[in-house]
Amino acid sequence: MSVVAITRYGGRLSAYVLGIASGAVKIIGVILVIATFNFILVHAAPGDPAQVIAGQSGAADETLLRQVRSAYGLDQPYLVQLASSLKKTLTLDLGYSYRQQRTVLSLLLERLPATLLLTGTAFILSLVLGTALGTIAGTRAGKWSDTFFTIVSLLLYALPVFWLGLMLVLLFSVQLNWLPPFGYVTVGVEMTTWQRIADIAWHMVLPTLSLAAVYLAIYARLMRSSIIEVKQQDFIKTARAKGVTESRIVMHHLLRNAILPVITVAGMQAGGVVGGAVVVETVFAWPGLGRLIYDAVLQRDYPVMQGIFLVMSVVVIGLNLLTEAVYRMVDPRISVRSVT
Amino acid sequence: MKTLASFLRHPAGVIGLVILTGVVVLAIVAPTLFPVDPWDMVAAPFEPPFDGETWLGSDMLGRDVAACIAYGARVSLLIGVSSTLAALVIGVTVGAIAGYFGGRVDEVLMRLVELFQTIPGFILAILLVATLGPSLSNVILAIGAVSWPQLARLTRAEFLRLRSREFVQAAVCQGQPPLSVVLRHILPNAVSPIIVTGSLMIASSILIESALSFMGLGDPNLMSWGFMIGASRSVMRQAWWMSVFPGIAIFLTVLAINLVGEGLNDTLNPRLSRKARAA
Repeated sequence: MSVVAITRYGGRLSAYVLGIASGAVKIIGVILVIATFNFILVHAAPGDPAQVIAGQSGAADETLLRQVRSAYGLDQPYLVQLASSLKKTLTLDLGYSYRQQRTVLSLLLERLPATLLLTGTAFILSLVLGTALGTIAGTRAGKWSDTFFTIVSLLLYALPVFWLGLMLVLLFSVQLNWLPPFGYVTVGVEMTTWQRIADIAWHMVLPTLSLAAVYLAIYARLMRSSIIEVKQQDFIKTARAKGVTESRIVMHHLLRNAILPVITVAGMQAGGVVGGAVVVETVFAWPGLGRLIYDAVLQRDYPVMQGIFLVMSVVVIGLNLLTEAVYRMVDPRISVRSVT
Repeated sequence: MKTLASFLRHPAGVIGLVILTGVVVLAIVAPTLFPVDPWDMVAAPFEPPFDGETWLGSDMLGRDVAACIAYGARVSLLIGVSSTLAALVIGVTVGAIAGYFGGRVDEVLMRLVELFQTIPGFILAILLVATLGPSLSNVILAIGAVSWPQLARLTRAEFLRLRSREFVQAAVCQGQPPLSVVLRHILPNAVSPIIVTGSLMIASSILIESALSFMGLGDPNLMSWGFMIGASRSVMRQAWWMSVFPGIAIFLTVLAINLVGEGLNDTLNPRLSRKARAA
């Protein structure tokens, strides 16, 4: 192994370590800020904080209120309370849902997989389909297919996510009876593992489509304009002059450069996808964190709402870090730099 | 006048403006068109649309869907515009301070903006409204609180660009106080991209408001489109019109505002749009 290769390898390794370390710092920083914010919010809410934490059901019960006051140290000075609540958050003690009679963490962990499955699938689907449609439109700029996709993405972009979900249910479940209208899996049927996976996938079609549609529109529009911009650049003309085939130009030169702004925006939109999951899960009774926050809102279960806010924020940062890593992998300039 | 003429040459913008005018007129004439309170029972429950006393059918309590949509337009437009104004006040102030003073101040404020852009805004809005109570002012505040970062970034970028220009430097050299330099020299030159982004933000605010009231977090005294769709869910099989029409209202309003926003973009940032067209 040459010295150059070793330095390059070492450089990459340290870049990865640095990336992971800065990601960890970012996550802990956000967790602390959100825990502080949650703390302020409970005290800013109208009424007694103990009543806020206990929820509507427990508010009338004086013994429970006393219990909550001592558990949260509500008789202590504010700074002491804040410090202890930050410490609790960092040790993953997210409090107790008096409404559900369970710790918030156990509730969230039970619901998290369903949300990750839905948001992850919708996120990837919207990126893949969006860039594909954007590429088709961008490479055929001015033709009818371009106009068609541009109009479709403009229309999709104006749709309220929850309404789109309901309309899909009305069409595909109520009218055509093709797809299940709600839920995660068919209840009360014996199934093998594969049948179960297929059943979950079948239930996922409508929620995933409703969640992905808006973002698909955003990425398609962005990819289209990015393709049009990159197409004009000199290195594409050079490649064409050198006699490179058109498909190779699109795949190797155009796509790899044009997709970069889409990846950046996808990272910025991660929070939106996660927020959209809340309404989509509500519409489709999808048993994830979004559905849980809806129930928590109805019951005014603040510890659960705050826990979900925290966990969803961490999920968003995770998606951000993921898109950053993908950006570094795709960006052709970075590999050029490492060679020179 | 020139701006208007230039806007009118943009067909999509004109279509948007026509639809939007329709929605605004509907919101204004709602009490004349439907003198009865939208919460009142005016027909038999579940009356289908287009035949009977109501245009767009009635809901499970015999309320007129058309009347509810007309009154809902008032709420959507009011919340869309006022929460955007709230976001403008926060975003432009933060962005102006960061861009004008730069350095450490800029760094701290931009970290704050980054934080707000990372956290899921809609969940923060849910938390704010659920905790502070679902009133009109809290909904406006919550939407404003999650929308401002984009405007702060934009304003900062514009201020950074303009800060080093000769006319701004000249004003600073004349000894004008910072507030006067910002308000009289920088802001007027940064205003067009802010207007464009602000107009598009009205659309996203309306979408957030409808999702909040769909989740049962709207002001319970005001009829809103999101609430209507939320209430229709349990009877979707019997009464499709209860969910279809309010949804179309949201869709058309948001689409219209987006089209107007794009038209404004082409009119107010002509250099940018010419470049895009040439490309």
